[in-house]
Amino acid sequence: MTEHGEYMLETRNLSKEFRGFLAVDDVNLQVRKGEIHALIGPNGAGKTTVFNLLTKFHMPSRGQILFKGRDITRAKPSDIARQGIVRSFQISAVFPHLTVLENVVVPLQRKAGLTTQFWRSGKALEALHGQARELLDWVGLADMADTVTVELPYGSKRALEIVTTLALDPELLLLDEPTQGMGHEDVDKVVELIHRVAADRTVLMVEHNLSVVSRLSNRITVLQRGSVLAEGDYDTVSNNPEVKAAYIGGQHAESA
Amino acid sequence: MNRTTILYAVLLALALVAPFGVYPVFLMKVLCFAIFACAFNLLLGFTGLLSFGHASFFGVAGYVTGNMLRDYGWPVEFAILAGVAAAAILGTVFGWLAIRRTGIYFAMVTLALAQMVYFVCVQAEWFTGGENGLQGVPRGALLGVIDLNNDLSLYYFILAVFIAAFWFIHRTVTSPFGQVLKAVRENEPRAISLGYNVDRYKLMSFVLSATVAGLGGALKCIVFQLTSLTDVHWYTSGEVVLMTLLGGMGTILGPVVGAGTIVTLQNYLASGAFASSVPIVLGFIFVVCVMAFRRGIVGEIHAFVKRSF
Ligand SMILES: Nc1ncnc2c1ncn2[C@@H]1O[C@H](COP(=O)(O)OP(=O)(O)OP(=O)(O)O)[C@@H](O)[C@H]1O
Ligand SMILES: [Mg+2]
Repeated sequence: MTEHGEYMLETRNLSKEFRGFLAVDDVNLQVRKGEIHALIGPNGAGKTTVFNLLTKFHMPSRGQILFKGRDITRAKPSDIARQGIVRSFQISAVFPHLTVLENVVVPLQRKAGLTTQFWRSGKALEALHGQARELLDWVGLADMADTVTVELPYGSKRALEIVTTLALDPELLLLDEPTQGMGHEDVDKVVELIHRVAADRTVLMVEHNLSVVSRLSNRITVLQRGSVLAEGDYDTVSNNPEVKAAYIGGQHAESA
Repeated sequence: MNRTTILYAVLLALALVAPFGVYPVFLMKVLCFAIFACAFNLLLGFTGLLSFGHASFFGVAGYVTGNMLRDYGWPVEFAILAGVAAAAILGTVFGWLAIRRTGIYFAMVTLALAQMVYFVCVQAEWFTGGENGLQGVPRGALLGVIDLNNDLSLYYFILAVFIAAFWFIHRTVTSPFGQVLKAVRENEPRAISLGYNVDRYKLMSFVLSATVAGLGGALKCIVFQLTSLTDVHWYTSGEVVLMTLLGGMGTILGPVVGAGTIVTLQNYLASGAFASSVPIVLGFIFVVCVMAFRRGIVGEIHAFVKRSF
């Protein structure tokens, strides 16, 4: 099976049924190493559900998930991160009442094995502050290190979320609508950030903003009502008549 | 010296002189329940889990300690350790069975398990003395030397253990482990996606909480030389919820203040003509607490100080 070498992630006949409703229907995804792969499709197409399946927040009803050729279909959600897949969430996922610095320390302390020591002083975590600040610096949040995260502007929260994810140095990053609800400037910042992140990683992202998709992704999979409608690079997909129809039918022509 | 240090210094000084002005047994009761409530707060306030079965740990530890002292003649230190160990084991069993559930289901599982423990205690008269309770427990002597039948000696011993337990909870909450608990409470899916097996940390917190709750129960048995069915009854599980909420859950001093307030009220009411109205008054406080000041006494003071300075 030589072709396994080039895929970071592969799904085979991945399906999910919610009480009789097929949210994901026979999806075969192939995400190549080092690429930015976009998963697009109208609201309710099943994109987030695919992410939930990949990260085991939901158990697939059928099908298989392979990560670097290894079957991870039965892995526990917390093991997924340990294997090298880390996700972000559609609704911004930070720890709101921790400081910005503490947000980044959380993944670092897990990697450092500083998680069960209830008898040690919290000062033990200070050993990780340098690394955390470096990461924050990388996204321009170093000045905000001691701010309580709720007080951060929305765009910065998203940047913090991405950099928290990077603290684990994942091989595969799953981003669920990283630019959702952002103004132009913030979108540009996040696009630039994803671009830098993807330099030495594989990224699978769900994105509604088609200009972002066209700027970033090497490959696009279009999902509709749970199944794959089209696949290919931006030109192939955007000229596909079925995709056009689906997007005119939906309300996502806005940024095409 | 910052404000917190000064506050603790003053409180310590007060605790040291208190038995010269106030009945020591009353103070010891407050301290035992304060340990219980601090332990409970680790779970409710800092882990976000509402257990409705904590009386099991409190009561069973009391029974074990009492039996060891009375029927097996163990030294008091070891009897306490035995009680605490029993609570830890029981806590592991409860936690293991309940931790996968969330919210109200978690509370229900702990309640159901605690009811089972209660009925076992009712039946196992050889161990618990049944309706009469486990009576006539000797207090023993600390290190074989300091006679704990002296209320004052016992008070200082219990104060020392209380301080250790309080420090332990504080340490746990501010430790790397405490930081993980905070992250899990703030955003559980995010913690999972960062590779945390959250059930494991919740279980650890549950066991730690049960263990320290057991310490409170073991000490209470020594103070009153008695452990009774009330100590394993759901009423006691409810009481510790109330103490924690009233004092301020998720604050470090809240449970101590809550325990002090409730025990004082109980003693005050029980001695007057209103003895039978204790549950009604407590119920009333509970309602007011939940509806009007959710942060609890210490939480409200914190908020007030923050606003004003
Ligand atoms: N836990 C669940 N239980 C039942 N149905 C669900 C569940 N999660 C998702 N669904 C359904 O599955 C379908 C796909 O939802 P999903 O969130 O994956 O869509 P999406 O492509 O991410 O949409 P959006 O663009 O709005 O984020 C929807 O019809 C949704 O109602
Ligand atoms: Mg979605």
